[in-house]
Amino acid sequence: MSTSTPGLPVPRRSVGRRLSAYLFRHRWLQLGGLLAGPIGWLAIAYLGSLVVLFLASFWRLDTFSGKVVHEYGLQNYEELVTNPVYRTITLRTVGMAAAVTVACAAIAFPIAYYMARLATPRVRRALIIAVLMPLWASYLVKVYAWQILFQEGGMIDWALSPIGLRSPFEISGTAEWKQYAALWITFVYLWLPYMILPIYAGLERIQPSLLEASSDLGGRAGTTFRRVVLPLVFPAVVAGSIFTFSLTLGDYIAPQLVSSTQFIGNVVYANVGVANNLPFAAAYATVPVLIMTIYLLGAKRAGAFEHV
Amino acid sequence: MIESPLTRVLLRVATWLVLAFIYVPLAVIVLYSFNASRTLNWPIDELTLKWWGKAIDNPGVRDALWTSVKAGLGATLIALVLGTLASLAVSRYDFFGRNTISFLLLLPIALPGIVTGMALNATFNTAGITLGLFTVIVGHATFCIVLVYNNALARLRRTSRTFEEASSDLGADTWQTFRRVTLPQLASAMLAGCLLAFALSFDEVIVTTFTIGADQTLPIWILANLARPNQLPIVNVVAVAVIVLSVIPVWLATKLSAETTAPGTVAREVVEP
Repeated sequence: MSTSTPGLPVPRRSVGRRLSAYLFRHRWLQLGGLLAGPIGWLAIAYLGSLVVLFLASFWRLDTFSGKVVHEYGLQNYEELVTNPVYRTITLRTVGMAAAVTVACAAIAFPIAYYMARLATPRVRRALIIAVLMPLWASYLVKVYAWQILFQEGGMIDWALSPIGLRSPFEISGTAEWKQYAALWITFVYLWLPYMILPIYAGLERIQPSLLEASSDLGGRAGTTFRRVVLPLVFPAVVAGSIFTFSLTLGDYIAPQLVSSTQFIGNVVYANVGVANNLPFAAAYATVPVLIMTIYLLGAKRAGAFEHV
Repeated sequence: MIESPLTRVLLRVATWLVLAFIYVPLAVIVLYSFNASRTLNWPIDELTLKWWGKAIDNPGVRDALWTSVKAGLGATLIALVLGTLASLAVSRYDFFGRNTISFLLLLPIALPGIVTGMALNATFNTAGITLGLFTVIVGHATFCIVLVYNNALARLRRTSRTFEEASSDLGADTWQTFRRVTLPQLASAMLAGCLLAFALSFDEVIVTTFTIGADQTLPIWILANLARPNQLPIVNVVAVAVIVLSVIPVWLATKLSAETTAPGTVAREVVEP
């Protein structure tokens, strides 16, 4: 007591304070305390579940009793690879995801460019909010909105009939490509904001001085765009594409509501619900994981490559 | 580089077209909720408020709304605690594997919804846990953590660590520093993250269908009633209500925190650390 400066209160040596001092000397303990919760949750609830999913994909369903048999075998994967029905569904899903991603990037680029380079700060702020809000507006309702628009006697039919055209979209019917077209538009609509926002952020971070340097060195607008802007913004496009690709890959509501075709998600859901074949559903659900792993590794490489 | 006048005009037109593309379907849904007719034909002949009254009195809708609110609050609370803890660890400490944390937290929303849903479903089934509100909250919390984390982390990166150091130099212990220095700076970002988490939970469908069992959240109620033609007018009303209830928290979040952006920003951090 005698050593303390007069007038300054002496901290009480309470339990909390001692614990605090102990933690201060052992930073790894603090860190452990902070991380235990989030990492524990993810490890148990998420990674643990993914492991169960993976294990379950090797089990099989006893067709007699309808019960899951916990014996390991490759029969589910064999079915996925050899049965042409599932091969077609996998290709259809991946093809749709790719088509949606390309369209999203093409549509997102002009508006993102306008937001980042031409809009005044006030307009830019308004545009960001205008793009951000619908991203959060109910996903299901947006699919439903397109179901209404595509319907026979719906708004699209009504808009095209005066000029003598028939709607190129169909929710159910014999022309499969009309269903794909309807589904394609719906997916592009759903995931477009996920592409616009990263591209905008990527464009906004490009230093104007780089573009001026390109002009000063004789680069015309087209050249500057191709050789300066595009390479710099490419990682942002890749970042956006992770969402457009992944979200399409795992969707089964939109195919159910605006088409009558089957995607990976539809098969998985039907096997969990109606067929009660958990092992097969688990096996098919690992296919998007595999595809996304490859995609994410590629994305990481694309981003890293641009920064060399 | 200076864009030519033609390019500027084209970009402006493209921007307006994209905005129209984004907003017309939403406007159409809002109009249909006031449609007097039971069919979905366009154009709409007559407007009415009748279906809004019927939807508010519908017991199925009320139950589903209550379930949605409970699931959203539960998931948000878990996400708030875990997301904030993770953001403090990543922003204030140096450790092996720090860069993987963002990646790990992002995984539940970066991987397709059926994977997350199916994985949880397989686990709950195998462990013998009955599907219901509890399992929905676990599922939603898992993919909501990243939203709180993302907002809090962005804020922590902008606020200097020197305030916290000054606080301990002046004799505050760890808790006092957190309560009086870190938390006040962080609170609005945490709240913004919570609002986003609630909004995401409120209209999630895919993971929910795999984890809910016999219960119904509001989006699941819509999904179940889409197949019933005589329920369609009420479905239209509920659809608009769901849009409004998930957009209001997000709008508030953008007012609260400048960092609030799409999940895409986290992805960029993963792609280019």
